Amino acid sequence: MKPSLADLPVGQHAAIESIDCDRSLSRRLMEMGLLPGTRVRVVRVAPLGDPIELRLRNYSLSVRRAEAARIAVSPEAAE
Amino acid sequence: MRDSETPPQVLIAGNPNCGKSTLFNALSGGSAHVGNYPGVTVDRTSARLRLGERDVELVDVPGMYSLTASSPEEQLAVNALTEGDTRAVVCVVDATTLERGLYLALQLIESGVSVVIALNMMDSAERLGLRIDTERLSQLFGSPVVPVVATKRRGLDTLLAALDEALAPDSGTKKANVTYPPELEADVAELVPVIAQWRSGTAPSQLRAVALWCLLSLGEDSLRGVPDDVRNAVHRIREAATAQGRNLDLEIISSRYVWLDGALGEVCTTRDPRPSWSERIDRVLTHPVVGLVVFASVMFAIFEALFAGAEPLISAIERLTGFMQAQAAAILPPGVLQDLVVEGIIAGVGNVIVFAPQILMLFLFIGFLEDSGYLARVAFVIDRVMKGVGLHGKAFVPLLSGFACAVPAVMATRTIERRRDRLVTMLALPLMSCSARLPIYILVVGTVFAGQSLGWFSAGAVALFSMYTLSVLVTLAAAALIRRTVLPGPAPTFVLEMPPYRWPSAQILWINAWRRLRIFLVDAGTIILAMTILLWALLSFPKSAEVAEHYTAERERVQQMALSDVEKADALRSLDSQEAADQLANSLGGRFGHAIEPALRPIGFDWQIGVGIIGAFAAREVFISTLGVVFGIGEADEENTPLREALRDARHADGTPVMTPLSGVSLMIFFLLACQCMSTIAVVRRESGSWKWPVFLFSYMTVLAYMASLAVYQGGQLLGFG
Repeated sequence: MKPSLADLPVGQHAAIESIDCDRSLSRRLMEMGLLPGTRVRVVRVAPLGDPIELRLRNYSLSVRRAEAARIAVSPEAAE
Repeated sequence: MRDSETPPQVLIAGNPNCGKSTLFNALSGGSAHVGNYPGVTVDRTSARLRLGERDVELVDVPGMYSLTASSPEEQLAVNALTEGDTRAVVCVVDATTLERGLYLALQLIESGVSVVIALNMMDSAERLGLRIDTERLSQLFGSPVVPVVATKRRGLDTLLAALDEALAPDSGTKKANVTYPPELEADVAELVPVIAQWRSGTAPSQLRAVALWCLLSLGEDSLRGVPDDVRNAVHRIREAATAQGRNLDLEIISSRYVWLDGALGEVCTTRDPRPSWSERIDRVLTHPVVGLVVFASVMFAIFEALFAGAEPLISAIERLTGFMQAQAAAILPPGVLQDLVVEGIIAGVGNVIVFAPQILMLFLFIGFLEDSGYLARVAFVIDRVMKGVGLHGKAFVPLLSGFACAVPAVMATRTIERRRDRLVTMLALPLMSCSARLPIYILVVGTVFAGQSLGWFSAGAVALFSMYTLSVLVTLAAAALIRRTVLPGPAPTFVLEMPPYRWPSAQILWINAWRRLRIFLVDAGTIILAMTILLWALLSFPKSAEVAEHYTAERERVQQMALSDVEKADALRSLDSQEAADQLANSLGGRFGHAIEPALRPIGFDWQIGVGIIGAFAAREVFISTLGVVFGIGEADEENTPLREALRDARHADGTPVMTPLSGVSLMIFFLLACQCMSTIAVVRRESGSWKWPVFLFSYMTVLAYMASLAVYQGGQLLGFG
């Protein structure tokens, strides 16, 4: 099993592998720049544990855990 | 008739939060006209602009990340591009998030329209050390690129000059051209002939853009006006691609981003320049403890402002309305005309403008939250709670505002992007216990629970607390239920950009709040005025000549009696009140109250309360003044002792008292759940764009209120209360 965005600890950089949400959501995420190979990092988790905030392509985006769990990533080696 | 000719249209497009509306306002000087896009309830803000030798119509298109669409609302940008007389687009791009902004610019350029790229927030970009080679960017995109700072009106002249040039016939510059994989090009080539039949007369390069748009947008959509031939062809091509293990969406989008990444590598130096102070603010505002405290404080401030802060202004408007009514009554001779002007027209206008303080306040607040970037954090912090009932995190502020008044709260739902999510919120929030319900609770509590206690607490306090708790529970349950039944569909997804914090411009906040208020006054105001006059007529006609004669005779009798002046005046006033009560009982509304009494008895009410409920449709608190008239007391408020006594003394035909603690609770529950508010109806009509939704809202709330009161009253009697 590939790790997903929901599994990433805060601060960890990773590269997107694939997105497996329903079509309209996948399309929306891709158009906002989440594409295979895009570098992404979990910035923080909301005070109540969900959603999470991501940093990619010079901006911040928040998604729910349920959706983040369908985005496979490959974590980068720790710096 | 040169003036009536429609000038060429120029769209202002861009991502949400890119400063698009600021630029629009800077260019138009705030002289915008707000209308509606045909078929969808999205405001169409436009303004005339003098550009060189010609006039153009500047249209502020709603913020978007892409032209791809799956709903009629997302489609309107594409429609504006292709169907109107659109000659050019100003694509506003936030210079600090170039890639995402330029993705939209790239799509616009592909579609064949003349594009001018306005690189906004260049000052922030420069402060962050971001170097952008605008000349090279312009070459790569084949479109003029103008650095601007919309908030400081910097670069606007250059932008207008570039726009004027872009409106001239095509100079033939080489446009940006994304390289798509050969398989995809083959698919496009297969689709183009079908598109050509649909869009005859379109240039070949544009047909290609339409084909790409169809491949990306069609399927599981609710788009309008796409012929079946095109749909079938797209379906066939997509199926074939899927069978080969290809993902068409990914191919199209990633080809564009690959092109963009390549181009940006040439024009841009530093990467990831997020302002560190914005990050530091976020560490506080989304902190597990501090973040929640700040959240609660901000929400409380909004609540307090709407609930208490607006009160002096509302009272002032009410006093002004009363003053105007007294003036009109003094000028006009007594009679139907005077009544129409005083109780119909002036009261109606008063009913409309009384909402102005709360609408202005709420929209100034929301504007501040939205433009500063905190509204996105509000949604981020509270989404976990809202998701449980199938609502979006952005539904929180409208729901909370519902405690003050449903009218501005319904208007506030427009911060929610998807129409379905907006409707669910709009249809549930009138169940929140608004401030107009409070006087009714107070009247009932003072009438039936005076001096009683439940354990340590006064019975009235327990009843009031229960009403507010119940309203929150019922609102959330209704939202969950409406989402599952009336408006089924996937739960709202939460993909929300967290923009960097920015200090909002006071002028823009004011322009937007004022614009919202104007829309309310014009669109909802006319409905409210008409309903006030209708309701006045219902409770005033027919006039009984018999009643009038009787009281004229009575007055003469009083005049003959040997009484002091003070006693005479009292007796005459009391006669006036009694006459008003008898005339009301005789009116259509009064007769209707009598007619529905059999339906009201099972929930513990009589015809007099029935008439009060009819009158309360103008606004819930009118229930009290209507009861004042019904019981022949004259003017009354919720603290009025004679009214409370009259209510306590009221008896059913069989001699049992009308107002018992049980019927009191039943009455409070009825007012909590029923949609006794024509202004809510009017504003839901305006914001949902059809009469269907307000009719549904009124029906479901009335049925719910009746069933709940019935259960309480009948159940209570079975259990031996009452």
